[in-house]
Amino acid sequence: MADWRGERKARDARLEAGRALARGKVVPSGEATALLEAILRPGDRVCLEGDNQKQADCLARALCRCDPERVHGLHMVQSGIVLPEHLDVFETGIAERLDYSYSGPQGARVARMLYGGQIKLGAVHTYLELFARYFIDLTPHVALIAGVCADREGNLYTGPNTEDTPTIVEATHFKNGVVVAQVNEIVDRVPRVDIPGDRVDFVVEADTPFFVEPLFTRDPALMTETQILIAMMAIKGIYAEYGVRRLNHGIGFGTAAIELLLPTYGEKLGLKGEIATHFALNPHPTLIPAIESGWVKQVHCFGSEVGMDRYIRERPDVFFTGADGSLRSNRALCQTAGLYACDMFIGATLQIDLMGHSSTVTQSRVAGFGGAPNMGSDPHGRRHPSDAWMKAGREAQITGDPALMRGRKLVVQLVETFGDKLVPTFVERLDAMELASKIGLELAPVMIYADDVTHIVTEEGIANLLLCRDADDREQAIRGVAGYTEIGRGRDRAKVEELRARGIIRRPEDLGIEPLDADRSLLAARSIKDLVHWSGGLYEPPAKFRNW
Amino acid sequence: MAGPSAGPDRDRLSWYEASARQRLDALLDPGSFTEALGPEERRMSPHLPLFDLPRAFDDGIVVGTGTLDGRPVYVAAQEGRFMGGAFGEVHGGKLVGLLRAAVEGRPAAVLLLLDTGGVRLQEANAGETAIAEAMRAITEVRAAGVPVVGLIGGRAGCFGGGGLIAGTCSRLAVSEGGRISVSGPEVIETNKGAEEFDSKDRALVWRTMGGKHRRLIGGADAFCDDTIASFRAAALSLIADAPAFDLDTLMAEQARLRERIERFGECRDGTEIWARLGVNDPDAVPSLDTRAFDETVARIGEAAHDAR
Amino acid sequence: MESLTFRHTTTKPLPGTKPQAITGVVASGNLEILLERVLPPDAVEVAIETPIAGYGPVWEAVVADFVARAQPGGVRISINDGGARPDTVSLRLLQGARLMEA
Repeated sequence: MADWRGERKARDARLEAGRALARGKVVPSGEATALLEAILRPGDRVCLEGDNQKQADCLARALCRCDPERVHGLHMVQSGIVLPEHLDVFETGIAERLDYSYSGPQGARVARMLYGGQIKLGAVHTYLELFARYFIDLTPHVALIAGVCADREGNLYTGPNTEDTPTIVEATHFKNGVVVAQVNEIVDRVPRVDIPGDRVDFVVEADTPFFVEPLFTRDPALMTETQILIAMMAIKGIYAEYGVRRLNHGIGFGTAAIELLLPTYGEKLGLKGEIATHFALNPHPTLIPAIESGWVKQVHCFGSEVGMDRYIRERPDVFFTGADGSLRSNRALCQTAGLYACDMFIGATLQIDLMGHSSTVTQSRVAGFGGAPNMGSDPHGRRHPSDAWMKAGREAQITGDPALMRGRKLVVQLVETFGDKLVPTFVERLDAMELASKIGLELAPVMIYADDVTHIVTEEGIANLLLCRDADDREQAIRGVAGYTEIGRGRDRAKVEELRARGIIRRPEDLGIEPLDADRSLLAARSIKDLVHWSGGLYEPPAKFRNW
Repeated sequence: MAGPSAGPDRDRLSWYEASARQRLDALLDPGSFTEALGPEERRMSPHLPLFDLPRAFDDGIVVGTGTLDGRPVYVAAQEGRFMGGAFGEVHGGKLVGLLRAAVEGRPAAVLLLLDTGGVRLQEANAGETAIAEAMRAITEVRAAGVPVVGLIGGRAGCFGGGGLIAGTCSRLAVSEGGRISVSGPEVIETNKGAEEFDSKDRALVWRTMGGKHRRLIGGADAFCDDTIASFRAAALSLIADAPAFDLDTLMAEQARLRERIERFGECRDGTEIWARLGVNDPDAVPSLDTRAFDETVARIGEAAHDAR
Repeated sequence: MESLTFRHTTTKPLPGTKPQAITGVVASGNLEILLERVLPPDAVEVAIETPIAGYGPVWEAVVADFVARAQPGGVRISINDGGARPDTVSLRLLQGARLMEA
């Protein structure tokens, strides 16, 4: 006779063991390790909430302190490998297998541990891909999550940085898993219920508030003339050209420069209301001038950003906010929005090869993917037309019945030809290829595949890869904007001029842009202080970004 | 389309962002500046090549003469982005030479556009000597009846020997971005530890060395917006209002400084000092705009004095 | 420090009469460029002092493109480099030429 409730019984046993340490659902932080030892079983799949921004750091420390005799062989399934503790558990044997998405700050250590065999890697995913697998074959047995506050029933306020939490809880709770939340404080009544209490089994009052890093703040004072020139070309040659209204921006200085040029340069070009009105985007401080000037109609966010909370509260027409007034972010839904409802992804990368594959991997770091590949890919499940999508589709595809045509997502790489320390952006062979063979990955960690990229913008010009008709067109289009890198100097000059005549390569002068006009005085804000002024004092930048 | 850039616009040009040459061009009457020992003379540091470091044609300081509202002035402007505006042998020599020439030339004022981290490590002896010589020369210029006005609002701030030089000027104008101190944040942290002073806490740095703090305690005599026009207006009014350089002024300065250390020596933070000065809401000071800040300054009175 | 000098001939002199101009600052990733109208009208000389060795071919290409584009005949150009990227060098050279034409 089959037992259809085996998982349910196992959960009940875990809850029973945990309740011995709890008063109701509440467990003191000093008992957190004991709680985890009580509810975890060897080999469990565990999601230790490590998001792009918010970290369940108190529970991470508690997991590290568990006795490896009792808790071992865990299979970690979480989007972010961000804290040192996320890897410490692999050194003690508490954890053994890993499926993840992003490891920015820990990228070098991940590479060393993969190479040393301390981590058995499933795969490095994109965000949506990992979230999807939570519901198919990577469903957590235990989720360790983070919120701002909870009441004694377990009702959870995740605050502006809701991020991954609803997705993790959905997958864990509804499939017989146990959910433990760390909160900064226990309150009588939460400001709003982001996660209903019946989905939260235990609440740990953390010793310190959870850690959030300001990842999306770009100081306008550091923007260069080259970045401004590239931004001008992107606005005139792509945003205006395709009439891109719905989009996602990367987190680099290039897209931040675009945000700061919308109310100045964009205004001069008469583009207000015609471009950049609806975003899937974190609340970038550099977007404030464009919002205040009435450019931006709506922004849905993956997470929040340190210092932006008061500003967002006062701009509910633009942002998604709850009844309490604070931002509601949601990474899975915003990633989906970026994939299906945006006509363009525009962002930076570290390396581009001659076909147009790009990667942020260097030989010694596995930084993972995060969400860029979700947004920086052409979704074949899309069916609704828009002018930008259709125009890109027509450029890519010149034969066949128009009624059977697919549009194309614009996927734009915005790069300077040389990066820090004169490292060239354009290369014959991606470092990702070396890394993959060194640590035995079946797939090279490519951030955006060549067949998804539609445009590459550098200070030398725009290469429109949609218009390329063969491999030679494509290679020379890339070489033709690669500046003075070896790739760029290796161009076929006659072919590049032919591509220019065909509009595949467009130089600043072809766009009516004088490079000497690329001046910092064009920026709507030239300092963090200017952003505070634009926000009417509502933006409260972290101390490390202040110079007043 | 942006048209071709239309020359220096002193109302819009940020002092903080401008180069030393841009500041001078926009500060002085148009076309009035004549440079001495210009870049074409290539008076560069003889020391930097020994350290495999790049040199600058003007060694990071622009000196010369011009007019301000029609009256003759001598000017020196440090380039805060070249080696942090630090004093080397040639750099210091150009400043000292200008000051000595001012004793002879008797302009209406000498303007020092200070933007410096102090002395250049690679030529420290020459730099230290230059600082001492410049301080002495400033007193001689002032004794000759010529006011010396310091203008401070650049990236490098005004630190080390630059802070000492600022202390010898007749009058100082500072913007919010400007900082004036002898020991800089990193130096204090290195010597006293991050618990005593966390140099990465930029809000703390500005509360203890920034333009608003210096203005509130009378360390600076005018508070400017970050525009060239604002510094020009401040320079004109400070020249008009410069104190005599005599025993009374020096005694008054000594008394002011003594009283200051008695009143505020125990304070741990700028906000404590501001509270003792009678600022109603010290925590709000960093976010005050220029007009509100000037009103606060006028209310507390400490900032105005005849000393220096 | 590495010293590089490139000489070119041009088809015409750089317009304008300004005898000299300077632009840029010697700072990390930046450079200063001094232009002096002291050569015969069809001659250009570009002398570079850089702390980063081994980029001779890149400098050569940047200078050649600039000369072809701006035709700065008669001008001696002296560069103190702080480790600028090629695109910054191009931009400063063009800024310098524009200042001389003013």
